Order: sequence, then structure tokens, then C-alpha cells
Amino acid sequence: MKALKLSVAALVASAAFAGVAAARDQIQIAGSSTVLPYAKIVAETFGETFPDFKTPVVESGGSSAGLKEFCKGVGEDTIDIANSSRKIKDSEIEACKAAGVTEIQEVKIGYDGIVFATDAGNADLALKPEQLYKALAAEVVVDGKLVANPYKKWSEIDASLPDAEIAAYIPGEKHGTREVFEEKILAHGCKDAGAVDVIKAAISDEKAAAKKCVAVRKDGLAVDIDGDYTETLARIASNKSGIGVFGLSFYENNADKLKVATVNGVVPSTETIASGEYPVSRPLFFYVKKAHLGVVPGLKEYVEFFVDDQMIGPDGPLAEYGLVAAPDAEREEIRKTFEAGNLL
Amino acid sequence: MTDVASPTVRVSTRPAESRRDIGIKRRYAAERRFRAYGISAIAIGLFFLAVLLWSVVSKGYTAFQQTTITLPIEFSEKVIDPKNERATDPKQLMTANYPLLVRDALVKQLGIDPKKRPLVKQATDMVSDSVRTQLRDIVTADPSVIGKTIPVTLLADANIDSAFKGQIDLSVEESKRKVKDQQVAWMNELADAGVLGKSFNTGIFTFGASSRPEAAGVGVALVGSAYMMLIVLVLSLPIGVAASIYLEEFAPKNRLTDLIEVNINNLAAVPSIVYGLLGLAVFVNFAGMPRSAALVGGFVLTLMTLPTIIIATRAALKAVPPSIRSAALGLGASKMQTVFHHVLPLAMPGVLTGTIIGLAHALGETAPLLLIGMVAFVVDYPGSPLEPATALPVQIYMWANEAERAFVERTSGAIIILLIFLIVMNLGAILLRRRFERRW
Repeated sequence: MKALKLSVAALVASAAFAGVAAARDQIQIAGSSTVLPYAKIVAETFGETFPDFKTPVVESGGSSAGLKEFCKGVGEDTIDIANSSRKIKDSEIEACKAAGVTEIQEVKIGYDGIVFATDAGNADLALKPEQLYKALAAEVVVDGKLVANPYKKWSEIDASLPDAEIAAYIPGEKHGTREVFEEKILAHGCKDAGAVDVIKAAISDEKAAAKKCVAVRKDGLAVDIDGDYTETLARIASNKSGIGVFGLSFYENNADKLKVATVNGVVPSTETIASGEYPVSRPLFFYVKKAHLGVVPGLKEYVEFFVDDQMIGPDGPLAEYGLVAAPDAEREEIRKTFEAGNLL
Repeated sequence: MTDVASPTVRVSTRPAESRRDIGIKRRYAAERRFRAYGISAIAIGLFFLAVLLWSVVSKGYTAFQQTTITLPIEFSEKVIDPKNERATDPKQLMTANYPLLVRDALVKQLGIDPKKRPLVKQATDMVSDSVRTQLRDIVTADPSVIGKTIPVTLLADANIDSAFKGQIDLSVEESKRKVKDQQVAWMNELADAGVLGKSFNTGIFTFGASSRPEAAGVGVALVGSAYMMLIVLVLSLPIGVAASIYLEEFAPKNRLTDLIEVNINNLAAVPSIVYGLLGLAVFVNFAGMPRSAALVGGFVLTLMTLPTIIIATRAALKAVPPSIRSAALGLGASKMQTVFHHVLPLAMPGVLTGTIIGLAHALGETAPLLLIGMVAFVVDYPGSPLEPATALPVQIYMWANEAERAFVERTSGAIIILLIFLIVMNLGAILLRRRFERRW
């Protein structure tokens, strides 16, 4: 009986607790794990610089999961900001609107470079999208015909590449990075290798043809990594001739263990990415609910603090961590767009 | 069969013995073999446990030490409050440029020309960015330090910390390292002067999450885990025990109770992420409880632990001999008196063991917390279970994904802390069982 009474009391107490849950005074952010380290740095510095506001809570979980939470509705019990390593999709904007999130502000924070790296003990590596396409595509063109990828070694593709078995650790399909990899490397390589025409001749549907171009081989030589870059790093540590795909900031933090490959002869760095010379990069964003600005304490200040040059500028802590700062004019534009309250 | 050499003698003296001997050797051999299997099974288990512990401890023990730099900091009024406004404007002390104080002290200590900007930058990079808040807290706590020079122990930057612990390969080309040759030289110079050194890292227990490894700790995660364990204990023990007593002692045996039993056993095997989905749908979305809060985490883990506790409690109740019940009933006790005065106290060791094992299981869960927003970067301590918090295993998971080298040892360090917690809980379970166990 005592136990029963206790449990009833506990239930009542917890229900009462839940009722009290009102008036949130802490910014809540969720989304991309690529943006997470930057958001963490800003959130922490924000908390230190503005002692009146609590440090924002930044959840990890991925761009799609973050945007899904973001589009749940407006109000205390929904998140304020979604970090995203890709642009919000039309379907997601629709979902947002359906749930009452009609006013979304997009804020670009800079660019993220995607690099190819191998174990530090290997020889220098110079890659081209065409070679990567030939090494990793599911089907390639040989003698004018589309056949299942026959290449087993890098040297079979180009004599300048190492005489080692192809082993590539690429981001899994749920990663935002995968999309960039497909778009900037495989699609380009497909074109450079002249496979596009052959595929288009075989398939009349344009969408299906484009899909075929970026299909990755499934015979085990290209490995999807669904975890984080730490997993890719561990894979490369155990297979020294493997090539992995990393974010620029992750590579810079582990430059003593990795050797980065050039793409089209360009070494990836914040400079070459900012200038557009290095081809594989993508913009990073976060999305804010306009309805929450001025309601959730500190939200407006947080966004302004984030887009300030002392954060996203080329000398700021984010750039130091590996974010590629947007050019001066673009940063000015980002700030103006936010001030003006432009909606999507 | 056994003594082929002297069958005649045996047969003549004890005719029955040779028949009784049949198979003894074979059966002994089988027993020896079985023992060998058992010992090798345990040996394999111990071997893997040793490998696990070794890999964690060898990587993680360094996390409990932190490199610090003790510098005489001059709390110069010129820097902190140049216009002497602190009496009228309390914000002045909050926003002062404290890193400048550290820069000046460091430049003086190392004898660098303050005009050589890149060199000064390299020197200040050796100290953690957390000095701003550290010095600010000192000044706001006691504004009378302004104008004085006080030795302050500052955290070294994570890269210097790793280098000082020998975790960075200094033979690699300088441009590929986070620590520059000049910094290493200064580091050795400061270490020789006794200014820089390793001390016990209390920060790893007290700090909240941080993007700077040297200022990151499991403090918030410990508090979050403690809140959740408390909620799980308070909710799941009474509910679980009440449910199992009713099912075991009072409920009639029919199809309905059979169905309930099957369902409880099933629930115990449901993947924990399912409970996370349930928690998101029911507690966060429907009941409108706050995201990332330990309260919701506690509720979800309670649901997850309940089946374990019910199964363990029912087993413990079943193990109480029926003679106890018969004797109590025979002496005129009511059914409820029988249960609460006699059966339950005897079953208590089993109940508590089951509860603690359930709690330990809940302590190590991350998957259900992911969906309710507890896999998050939380800096501030939660004042109540309603405020955002994380949990220990979540902190381990998040550190494991960090790019910085210094988080590698911290990840293992956090695993050691979690293991110690689990060992303490399991020891508690054993002690409770020893104390209350009764044999008949």
C-alpha cells in the first residue's frame, strides 16, 4: 500500500512539475553536426559575453532532423534555430508553413570545404573529379559502352595514381556532405569522363540519367560511413592506402595524421575555398523563426553576435576552427538581410 | 576395463566392483573437459574485459591531469576600468578586456617584445580562452583585487596540454602541427621555471560542456544523470514493485494476466530508441514538457526500466517458499499482511538487485535521449530537472565525435568516470543482497 501511495504521489508531483514548464529563457538550437562545432563556439562565447542571457543549448542530430523539429510549430516548446549544412528544401518550407512556421529567416554563416585525405605516410596525391568518378561510380564507360565498374586499383585509372587497391570512405547517404560529394565530384567527373552522353543516350529520362551519374559502386570498394569523421579517421588508420572524405576543419585538426589530396591541382585551404579555386565546398546556414525574435530572450542578440565579424570574420574563432569565411561584401550582405528581416 | 592387468584378482575378491567401475573414467574425463570449457570461457571473458579496461585506462588516465600555467597577473586598473566607472556601471567589470592582462603577464614572463604581434599571438595561444571568464569571476567576486598583482593558475590551451603530455608527435613537419616549435620551446622554458606544470584536473568533474577541450567537463552531465536516476528510482521502484506484487500474489491466473505477462516480457526486449520515440511523442509533443530536460529523460528511462524491475521482482517473489505464506495465513494474517510483513521483506534483496541493475542499465543509455533533445551542448548547470541537461553517456558520445586531439583522452576519461559509477552501483547491489539475504 505504501508503495502504491508513493507512486501515486510521485505521478501527481511530476504532473504538477510539467504544468510549471513555461517561459523558456534559454535559446534552443538543433541540427547539422557539421555546423555544431561552430554553433558551440558561438554559443559558448555568447554566454560569456552576455552574462544576462543563458548559454544556448545546441543539439546535434543532423540537418534533416533539425529542420524537422524546427518545422513542428511556433511557441515555447519548439526550437528557435535549425542549423543546416544545406539549403532548406521546398518540401520542408511547405511542412513548416503547414505547422504555422510561416516566417523563416535564412542566415548563411560561411563555407565548409570538403577534402580528400589519406594516411600521412603515403606519397602526395593529386586527384581529379574524373578519376574519382571512375574509381567510385557504379557504372563507367569503357569503349563507348556502359559497364559495371571494372577498376580495382587506382593505377588502372591513371598511371600517376598509386598502385593500390581502391578503398574510399565516403559519407553515407544520410549525411549532408554526401550531396556535395555527388554534386561537385561525381556529377562533374561523369561529365569530364564523357559518361553523360552515353548515359543520356541509354536513358531518355533526364532525372534518372543524372541519378545514374552519381550512383556509387556497391562492391565494397567504396564504403559508406554513416558515423562521424572520427570513424573515417579510424578506417584510414587501419587501412593505410584508403582515401577518406573529411571536412576541412576536421582535417586541419588532424593534419599530423593525414595527407590531403589536391583536387584539380589545388590544395584545399580556407583561402583557395573562399576564392572558389578549390571546387568542393558548400555554404552552411542556420534558420531562425522570426516569430521567436524578441520573444525568446537573447535570440536576436545571438543571431547578431553570430553574424558579427568577430565571429564569422576571417580572423574570428570560427575561421580558426576551419570555417571558410564568406567574402567581405557577402558578410555585409548577410548582416543586412538579417537586419531587414527578409523571409524565405 | 580399468585394470586390465589384474582382472582375475579383483573378480575373485570383490566380484561386483568391476561392474560398478564401468564408465567412471569416462565420466571423470567428461567432467574435467567441462571444467576446462568453463575455465576457458571465463578466461576469454576476462581477457576481453582486460583489453577493454586497458585500452580505456591507458588512453584516459591522462585526462585526470591538466597542464596549468601560474602567472602573476597584474589586475591593472588601466585595462579593467580605464575611466573609473565601475561604481556607476556594473557592466564595466563584466565586459573588460581581461585577456589583455594575461597577455601582458605572459609577455613579461617570456621576455617577448610586445610589438612583435605574431610572436605575442603565439604566446597568448598557449593559454586557454577561458581566462576571460576566469579573471572576470575573480574580479567580480572581489573588486578590491584591482590594482594588485596576484598569482593566478590559468589553464593551458588544449594543444599545449597535449604536447606537454607527449601526445603530439613533434617530429611531424611544423606546419602540420597545431603546436609550433616556438611554443614548445616556451613550454619547456616555463616548465623548467616551475611556472607550467601538471596538476590534478578537477575541471573534468566540475565544468560543463565546452568547445575548448581544456575547459570541458562532465559536470552538467553528472547532474543530469543524477536527476534522471533519482526520477527513475522514485517512479519505477514503487510502480514496478506494486505491479509485480499484484501480478504475483493477488491477480487471478487467466488469459488477461497471461497476456500482460507476455507483454511485459516483450517490453523488456524492445530497443531503447523506441522508448525515445514514445517519449518525444507523448511527453514533449503531446504533454508539452520542455525539450532536453532531465525530467523527460527520467520519464523515458523509467518506462524502459520498468519491465526489468517487474521481471526481477516477480522472480524474487516467486523464490520465497510457499511455506512462509502458508504459515502466515495459518496464523490468521490477511493476504496483504502476509505479503507485506513476510513475503516482500524476504524478497527485498532480489528486488533491490533488480532495481539497481535496471538503474545501471538506464544510466548507460543514450539512444532514447537522442530524440528528446538531450544529446546536446549544454554549458550551464541545470537548476532543476526542467532545465536542459545532458547525461554521462551522451557526453562520451559527443566527445568521441570531436575533431580536437585533446578530446580523445577526455572521452576515455569520461568512460572511466562512468565505469566507476557503474561499479559503485553494482557493488551496492551486491552489498544489499549480502546484508538482507536469508537462507533456509
